[in-house]
Amino acid sequence: MTAITIPIAGRRRPGNAARRSASAGWAFAFPAALLLATLMVAPLLVVFGLSFTNYSLGATDWTFTGFANYQDMLQDDRALKAIGHTAVYVAIAMPLSVVVGLILALLIQRRQKFRHAYEVIFFLPATSTFIAMAIVWQFLLHGRIGPVNEWLVALGLSRVDFLTDPSIALVTLSCISAWQLIGQTTVLFLAGLASIPQDIYDAAELDGMDYGWDRFLRVTFPMLAPTTLFIVVTTTITTFQAFDSIAALTKGGPAGSTETLLYRIYLEAYQYTNMGYASALSVVFLAFIVLFSLVQIFLADRRIHY
Amino acid sequence: MGIRAKITPAKFSAIGAHAILILIAGVVLLPYLWMLLTAMRAPAEIFSSPFGLPHDLSFLFDNFRRAFQSVPMARFLLNGAVVVTCLLVLQLAVAVPCAYALAKFDFRGSKLMFGAVVAALCVPIQVPMLPIYIALAYMGALDSYFSLIFPFAVSPFAIFLLRQQFKSFPDEIIQAARLDGFSEIEIMARLIVPSAKPVIAAFAIFSITAHWNDLYWPLIVVSSETMATPPLGMLFFRDGDVGTDYGSLMAGAIVTVLPVMIIFLVAQRQFVRGLTMTGLR
Repeated sequence: MTAITIPIAGRRRPGNAARRSASAGWAFAFPAALLLATLMVAPLLVVFGLSFTNYSLGATDWTFTGFANYQDMLQDDRALKAIGHTAVYVAIAMPLSVVVGLILALLIQRRQKFRHAYEVIFFLPATSTFIAMAIVWQFLLHGRIGPVNEWLVALGLSRVDFLTDPSIALVTLSCISAWQLIGQTTVLFLAGLASIPQDIYDAAELDGMDYGWDRFLRVTFPMLAPTTLFIVVTTTITTFQAFDSIAALTKGGPAGSTETLLYRIYLEAYQYTNMGYASALSVVFLAFIVLFSLVQIFLADRRIHY
Repeated sequence: MGIRAKITPAKFSAIGAHAILILIAGVVLLPYLWMLLTAMRAPAEIFSSPFGLPHDLSFLFDNFRRAFQSVPMARFLLNGAVVVTCLLVLQLAVAVPCAYALAKFDFRGSKLMFGAVVAALCVPIQVPMLPIYIALAYMGALDSYFSLIFPFAVSPFAIFLLRQQFKSFPDEIIQAARLDGFSEIEIMARLIVPSAKPVIAAFAIFSITAHWNDLYWPLIVVSSETMATPPLGMLFFRDGDVGTDYGSLMAGAIVTVLPVMIIFLVAQRQFVRGLTMTGLR
């Protein structure tokens, strides 16, 4: 008996301490857990549930309609087009901001003079309220009174209705979005470049690759590949959620040519109060983002072990 | 000659690099330049020469005065300040203890909780907002500070970031503090939080920027001008009857953009750190 109690007595102190710290742990995590359940977990379950109903805000009767919303989506020209527009938006804004960001980072990295000034300038758009800057762009790109069109005419080119021509409005929005994003990609690329060990460059120099393309393609770029993948995925997620540019500049127009998936959700849910259908669209939206996020977690994991 | 041959290509490439950087910087800064010039000049000059220099600085005051008189600009700014301040305090008050618990305590459900935090990082905010909007509508709580603030009270990003930071705090110091009779709250407030000041600062700047600039949620829950945050206020401003008064519109844009820009310029390093830490946004 004593032979048993002594070791237990010896363990009792940390046992108590552990119990005390376990209850403190719970107490500390509780507010966050409660809020996470209320503001994240429960709403997500509700969205899933609503996506199988025809619920409309304020309506007293609504029914369970199974997969009807999802089937409707497959027939819904505007929803399908919105997914297509989102893809185009991502396909322009993402590569543009990643490539320009990479070029800027490579150019900035070796500069001693004005390096700080460049970093601040390129990052400025990322901090600026988009809607305020969108009003500026709207004037600059105006088809008749905008200075950009004056310059095009002065160069002997024809005018472009950047924001009112259905065939070009989406491209314009994507480019403005890239204008805002290059600061982030530049900073992330600079962080990636800084983490490449100098010895590798020294070794490359011994092999005769001291400057230029050779060095970039055979040393910098392979070493930067994990960073690049990471930036590509992050930027894809960001551009996929594009909303401000559309709300501020085109409101989905002209002729629905700039309606993206999130903007469509906004219209269905908050303008037409079709909560059931908007929920189904949200589930699809969530599925896309979670897919990209999983890729990102997988890449982040790889990067840590790198 | 040998020396010249060695220096020239490097110098040449440096000049080339600066030329490209300055060119792109020009494109990036173009809208800022026009915004500044327009806010300083008479309406007539804006269209005749978009990038002409100001002649008379009285128009500067005139434009700013109109921006504050034609819309409740001061109210927008106040709303923005209230929302970002309350949110930051609330987010930290919720996230700091949770992050401490997840970093240093082993309790039942801690793994599940951390899993939920990481999962929440992947969820686009617009999806849970839909039922939250329905709930707020039923509560009659739309168009209020509560509806602007409460949905963002918990920041999974803050919890994740702070947990990573707190984990590196030495356990021996915590043990020693416990033996000295410190309560867990004292340990957290007096030892752990001060050690994580740079990360907290980085998150603070990040949170302030994100919520000051957010348009989506205010656009959904706010219907009256008196509850508008600066971005929504700008949207009302532009869509109102003064929408073609570019001078005062640009004065309003400057006032909207400036607070965050100043914070960014003052705390640039922290901001960039915050950004590079956004690993799992």
